[in-house]
This record gives sequence, C-alpha cells and structure tokens, in this order.
Amino acid sequence: MIYTQSPLAIGLFIFFVLFVLGLSFYLARRTSSAEGYYAAGGNIHWMTNGIAFAGDYLSAASFLGICGMIATSGYDGWMYSIGYLAGWVVALFLVAEPMKRLGKYTFTDALDSKFNSKAIQLMAAISTLLVSIFYLIPQMVGAGVLVQPLMGLPHWVGVCIVGVVVTLIVATAGMASTTYVQFFKGAMLLIVSTALVGMVLFRGLSTTPENDGKPYHDFTTLYADSALVLEDTSYRVIAGLDSIFGKEGFVKLERNGKESIWQLNETSEGYRLEETLYATRLNDGTRLYNGSPAEEGQFFPVGHIKELVVNGEEMVATGPIGPFSFLSALTESTIVLWGTAYVPDADGITTIYYQKPTPGSQILRPGLRFKVDNSTPMEKFNFISLMLALFCGTAALPHILIRYYTVPSQAAARKSTIVAIAGIGFFYLLTLFMGMGAMTSGVINLLDNNMSAPLLALSFGVFLFAIISSLAFATVLGTVSGLIVASSGAIAHDLLDNFLGLKMTDRVKVRAGKISAVCVGAIAIYLGIVFEGMNVSFLVGWAFAVAASANLPAILMLLFWSKTTARGVAASITVGLVSSLGLILVSPDMWLRYGKLPADAPIQFNSPALISIPLAFAALVVISLLTQKDVNIGHATEPSSN
Amino acid sequence: MGHGPAVKLGKDDAASFKTSLGVKMFFGYTIFYVIFIALNVYAPKSMETIIFGQTAAVIWGFFLLGLALIMAVIYNHFCTQAEKRYNS
Repeated sequence: MIYTQSPLAIGLFIFFVLFVLGLSFYLARRTSSAEGYYAAGGNIHWMTNGIAFAGDYLSAASFLGICGMIATSGYDGWMYSIGYLAGWVVALFLVAEPMKRLGKYTFTDALDSKFNSKAIQLMAAISTLLVSIFYLIPQMVGAGVLVQPLMGLPHWVGVCIVGVVVTLIVATAGMASTTYVQFFKGAMLLIVSTALVGMVLFRGLSTTPENDGKPYHDFTTLYADSALVLEDTSYRVIAGLDSIFGKEGFVKLERNGKESIWQLNETSEGYRLEETLYATRLNDGTRLYNGSPAEEGQFFPVGHIKELVVNGEEMVATGPIGPFSFLSALTESTIVLWGTAYVPDADGITTIYYQKPTPGSQILRPGLRFKVDNSTPMEKFNFISLMLALFCGTAALPHILIRYYTVPSQAAARKSTIVAIAGIGFFYLLTLFMGMGAMTSGVINLLDNNMSAPLLALSFGVFLFAIISSLAFATVLGTVSGLIVASSGAIAHDLLDNFLGLKMTDRVKVRAGKISAVCVGAIAIYLGIVFEGMNVSFLVGWAFAVAASANLPAILMLLFWSKTTARGVAASITVGLVSSLGLILVSPDMWLRYGKLPADAPIQFNSPALISIPLAFAALVVISLLTQKDVNIGHATEPSSN
Repeated sequence: MGHGPAVKLGKDDAASFKTSLGVKMFFGYTIFYVIFIALNVYAPKSMETIIFGQTAAVIWGFFLLGLALIMAVIYNHFCTQAEKRYNS
C-alpha cells in the first residue's frame, strides 16, 4: 500500500544479478582446485577481503532490521550496532591471526588442527550447519518479503530467484565468486548509505515532512466535553466510553460513512482525541487497514516531529544541517512515536497504533525497547546476556571465520579485519542517521518497520528508492552466498572428507563442494518458502547465541589454555549447543510463539548467553582435566612450524 | 586429514608478541564495553545527560565505535613493527 513497483529497481537488480553471474562464470574457469573453491586460492588482497567481510556480515538484519528498529525504538536499535561492532574487536585481537594460522578451509579445521578428532569434526560441522541455517532462513524469507511489494511477484518467486542465483554463484566458483559478490555488495552498501545520509542531512528536519513531494498526512486532533460530546459535529460516536474500545482508552467515530478510531486523552475540560491508525483482522480472515482494503492506501506512513527545537528555539524546519546538529536538534525536540494496543471485539481483532509524543532525549538513550529503567534483576540479566551474545557471537560465526582462509598471510588476515571494522563501524554510524531520518520523515510503515530504509530513500524519489531496493537484494545475495559456502564446506570437507574419511582427490573435493552447495541451496529455497509469513528474524539472534556458546569457548580455550583436549573441545561445543538451544526453546519469546503466556515459561529471560557460555567453558575445563592422559598437545598459540 | 593452511605460511616469530598484545588490547576495550553496559543497567538515567548537545548514550556509542577503530590501527602498527623486528 505504501510501496511503489519500480521498473528501475527491477532493472538494477537484473543488472546486478547478470553482473555477478558473469563474474562467477569467469572465475569458474580459474577455480579447479580445492584451495581455489573453498578458500579462493588464499590470495585475495586484504583490502578486498576487508570490504568482503563487510559485505558478508552486513546482512538484511543489519541493513533493514537495525534501521527499522532505530526508526521505531530509537537508541535501543542502535545498541545492536554497538554490540555487533564490539564483536569485531574480539575477532581482531584474539581470533584473526590464529584462525589463519591453524585452519585450511573451514572453522572446524582450526578447532581440529592439533587433534584429528572425529568428535570435534562431527560436532563442529553440526554447529556450523545449525548456525548457518538459522542465519539462512531469515535471509531467504527476507528475499521473498522484498520481492512482493517491490516487484509485484509472489513470495516463492523471490525466494527461488535468490536461491538459484546464489547457488549458481557458489557452485561455479565457490569462495572466489562469493568474495567478489560480497566485495561489490559491501562497497555499494557503504557508498549508497553514505549518499542517503547526506541527502537526509541536506534536507534537514521539519515538522511537516514531505514524501517525494507528497504532503505528510495531517493527523487530526478533536476535542470533546466530559460526556464525549464532540466540538466537531460532523463526527458521530459509534463506540464510546463504555464500549470495549473505551475501556482500552479509545473511541470509534464515524463521518461520511467512514469509521475511525481515536485515542482518548483526559483534559481539564473533557477529552482530547488523537487520530490513530488501525488494522483489523476480521473473523473471516479479511484484513482491513484503517477500515479499508490495503489497495485503497488508507494506512498512512508515519513519523514526524511534534515540536522542533534548535538551540532552545522552536522552529518549523532547519534546512541543511550537520550530523552533530542533526542529533542535538532531535535531542531537544519532541518526536511522535507510535504505541500499539490490541482490542478484540465481535467482528475480529483490531490492532491500534496510537501517537506517543516523546522527548528526543529519551529516544536517544536506551529504554524504549529494552527495559532498563526500574528493571527487575531478571530484566537486567536478560539485557546483559543479549549484549554478551552480540559481543561474543561475531568471532564465532563460521561464515565469517572462513574469510580468514582467503588471504595469503596472518598480517593480511589482521589488516582485512581492520578494514572490516572501519567499514562496518562507519556503516553502523550511518544506521543511526538513517533510522532517525526515517523516524522523522513520515515514511515508516507501522506494519513492517524493516522497510524503513528503502522507504526513507523513496521520500527522495523513485531513483534512490530503486537503488536502495536493488541493494537490499544484493545484501541478501552477498550474505546467503557466504552462508552456503560455509555450509557446503561443513558437509563436503568436514563431514565427507574428514569425518567419514572418504579419500577424495582434489577434483572430487571440488565436485563434492559444488554438489553440497546445490543441496544446501535447494534446502534454503524450501525453508524460505515454508517459513513464508513468519517473523523469523529472531533466528539471527539464535545464530549469535549458539555461535557464541558452542564455538567461541572452544576457539578461545584451544588458543589460550595448553591443557585443552579433543574431548574437552567436543564437550564444550555439545554443551554450548544444547544449553543455548534448550534455554531458547523454553524462553518467554518462544512460549509466546507456542501460543502460551510468556509468564508461564519455565525461565523468564530470552537471551541464554550469560548461562550457556560459562557452561561451555566449564564443560571444556572439566572434561579436559579429566582426559589429560588421553592426549598430550602442544600450546596452540605456538608458531606454526611450516 | 585436510588440516593446515590453504597457503604456505612463513614462520612467524612475532606470534607470541602479537598474541600477548592482542589479549591486553582485548581487555582494554572490554573494560569500556562493560562500563557502558553497567551504566545502562544500573544508572540508565545517566545516559540521558546532555553533553555538548548530545545525550551521554550517543557520546558512548560514538566513543565505542571510534575506539574500536583506533585500537585496531594501534594494534596493527605494533604488530607490523614486531613482524619486521622478529621476522627479518
């Protein structure tokens, strides 16, 4: 209803797809060895690898999800940016060079480098596959979600397009083509996001944002006396104070045959009524938006400043503004955020979105999404646990770690991580401006805040929207290709070659990798279609929690504790996997998804990292101490003897 | 068994120095990250304090993002020097 199907967006996407496919087929001719397929020959330049890291890491969750969260929840959305970037510090200072030194094609190689243990090979491969699939599903579902409004194609077509293109990219030239796809995507993401933020700052802030020339919907305020007799007599009350709406703080009015819902605010003289937006799901399954079918476009985009204050002076518009002035003006101003209420009645369930004017100083600090003010010990625990998972997860994501095998030296691994920190850190700075820009530019679709960044671009015209939309597809392509490389490596290299001990020639290893990529691609397409309509973005959180719990303790102890044994590593991965997944499955969030009350869940926190990470460390220490006589290994941080 | 680097790596006599430096810098950054989390959890109102026109939360965010890059560049500088010194 808010979207525009843009031939330019479709054209740009097709151009990008043809470009990356052409590149993949070109590189395929040079990718005949296992080294070439799994590690791009190990000769990628560190600068290219660093940007490719950014392209690999900045998934749809980063680009669309964080911008959307900031647009609706302010600073709390940016907390994810801070946590994700901090995770790269762990990768640089502790993991980058040893991973390059110890591994060959997969993350399992590094863990198993000193042991040749079947248990490690199996458990690390399972962990890689689980983490990659958790990451993969939201990307594939996201591809379908993007395709529907932007190209007018069904969900399954979007999933199939992305699945087939990515499978072709990976199956033709493996890590070589994946690297360049991620490099182009990473570079484009940085350039286009910078341009978008520049345009937001040049336009400045306004209390009456325009959306590509179209004026912002003017939300009306009505007044009534204490008996709810309205000053504007053209409106008629059809569900008043005693109705189910009235009990929830709303009333339903009618004018010219059209119904509307209003939020009640008590005043000294009666009531002030603020216009709301609402979506109704009728008992027969029909969905109405502000009382009308979606195609009538009655569900307006939102997001505006109620009182714009700059240096203590109230104004209507700022004109072009610098980045720090932009943030300080927002801090001083009052911005209209949107709360949600659910009202069931005889016709169905109505979701009401009501205005919540909020001081900017409260939006630009934590607290709108995370409960930090007057929080209970369990809420504190949950917040700390989430921030721990973000901090520890990055350095344990298999599809990120395998990028260390594509560069020629440890110094190159280090330098490429620094380039990644610069690129990703800069992008995360931009997310604050894109998110806050969307919050105040009248572009937010309350039904799906993930589209905030593309819709912010649309407020500058279709051209920028087309670029951002095609970039969103490219974002999915880049991340999914990395995930499929990691998964196919886990199957072909870790399980078939190492765990099952199939004696494969170099040529057969490449073929096994390509067949695995096709299989994983087919599974990804299937899962992307099966999960249609489900909000599966929480699976990215699972991926981080599982990676941080199952993989990071094993990596760190292998590097820094000389008594680490193979059984200790395998036990750590197992305990990390089982405990993190187990805790997630009995969490309040999951209870809600099972259709039960979150308060009835056996545990009252959603993020397991603060329990599962220490458990995985403890398992490794205990089992390693109990199995010292089994294996006698050297210290893993000793220099390689190559 | 398919282990070992994909490309032939030279001997790195600077590895111990780099590992030690990396651990120190990791703890250095972690201290700031922990303080940031602790302030959010135990003194959330302090994050609303206005400093140079910005909330303390925004200043902290810029600081942590910037600190990561600055420490990364410093780390690389000392590692590069160590590689020249030990591996020449």
